[in-house]
Amino acid sequence: MRGKTVIAGIGHTAYGKLPGRDTLSLNVEACRKALEDAGIEKDAVDGLFVKFPTSSFSMMYGQTLAEALRLQPRVGGVWDQGGASNISMISFAAMAIEHGQCEIAIVCGADNPRTGTRQAYEKAWGDDAAYGWFGVPAGYAMLAQRHMQQFGTRPEQMAAVAIACRRHGAENPDAQLRKPLTLDEYFESPMIVEPLRRADCCLISDGGAAVVVMSARRAKELGVPAPVPILGFGQGQTSWEVARRPDLTTTAAVTSARTAFAMAGCGPQDIDVAQIYDCFTITVLVTLEDYGFCRKGEGGAFAEGGRLEIGGELPINTSGGLLSETGMPGMQLVLEGVRQMRGTANLQVKDAARCIVSNQGGIMHTHSTLILGQ
Amino acid sequence: MTAEFPVPQRTPISESYWQGLEEGELRYQHCEACGNAWLPARGECPRCLKAEWQWTRATGRGRLVSWTVYHIAHHPAFADRLPYNVAIVELEEGPRLITNIVNPDEAGGLAIDRPVELVIERDHGVALARFRLRQPEQ
Repeated sequence: MRGKTVIAGIGHTAYGKLPGRDTLSLNVEACRKALEDAGIEKDAVDGLFVKFPTSSFSMMYGQTLAEALRLQPRVGGVWDQGGASNISMISFAAMAIEHGQCEIAIVCGADNPRTGTRQAYEKAWGDDAAYGWFGVPAGYAMLAQRHMQQFGTRPEQMAAVAIACRRHGAENPDAQLRKPLTLDEYFESPMIVEPLRRADCCLISDGGAAVVVMSARRAKELGVPAPVPILGFGQGQTSWEVARRPDLTTTAAVTSARTAFAMAGCGPQDIDVAQIYDCFTITVLVTLEDYGFCRKGEGGAFAEGGRLEIGGELPINTSGGLLSETGMPGMQLVLEGVRQMRGTANLQVKDAARCIVSNQGGIMHTHSTLILGQ
Repeated sequence: MTAEFPVPQRTPISESYWQGLEEGELRYQHCEACGNAWLPARGECPRCLKAEWQWTRATGRGRLVSWTVYHIAHHPAFADRLPYNVAIVELEEGPRLITNIVNPDEAGGLAIDRPVELVIERDHGVALARFRLRQPEQ
């Protein structure tokens, strides 16, 4: 299936605080822009894959959105892998297209936790709430603590991730947070859940984003101006709650990347630019290790010396990622991957021919990988 | 604040776990069919999927897997105890649980794989399985 399907169009809303907008409105705007970008008519769409809004679950949301778009797709619905959903849905759309279940699919997601409720990120973990066990950040703090103790990972190394993303976001006119971060500012940033500081944590954002997926052949027939081939994808599920998973510092990102690399027929050494899900800085270090960019435990050292910054060996999150562009769970990374492969990124990596994109959800419960080419 | 404290929801399956703590012991589920041991309470063994388990008393000894220290409260009942730790402990029988370490400032401090032992404490009327750091045995 390598290269048989393409991302034909991308679209997104403004990011940040968008009062008065519900998730349907954000999704519709993102879809309209993605269709415009692909240069195709809405009525050609016969697949609609929707990430459910994290902050408010409602039954049959995929159909609610289909009505708002006035579509009656052949396949579609809502998928929940948390932050891994977007890339997983792109891969499901590609498989559906390959097998004749639909021809042109929209994959989209929107949420408004910033003006709505961020409760989903601070919720109690069942009966363990009696021990004060609440919230998503604390789960990542458990991973980070173990990683630091097990491998000697240092705060400066986690800071290097935040500094790279914030540097890139500062250059992005669409980014929610356009303020570079210094190492001193990192250390001045207040502790939230040790060892994670505020500067280790992603933004909370309103916004929506969408992509149009179709076969390369169809894109050619329709005269799509800048289709970006999907070279590979893969998924992996760590699944178990942090407290019970046997290994806190290795995740199913290993499986996900292995599947995607096998499909794409390439390896980490062939990747020119990466968009790595950075809900927390530790997530990036673990993902880089699990993907094979460095050995297990060496993510911290790998992040040092500006390697992840533009001009470095492996620039990541060139539009700012979750730490700086928008806290939206994952699609912004796909959009930036598409721009890098089109050669239209704001911080374009010179001669970039392959981009890897990671999406992951929960506390590294779910993982999905996408490899884009030219 | 008592009314707001997140009291565990006892279910027919977890009742014996909470009752055990009331009676001064930490229990885990042990599968008679395959020998697996686990927490928290569930209806079937997650390894062999059979429902042939028994509640078994744990020694209360284990090791520290990881921990975090909260500097912000996600719930008002915990605002007055900041900063507070939440830890993952693995019992020597295998099951893991979320807990608190009662003596984090003990000589040597918190460190992964450090031995710990059970100390049952009452919090808002609920018997909770907390742990204390032990000095490693020579």
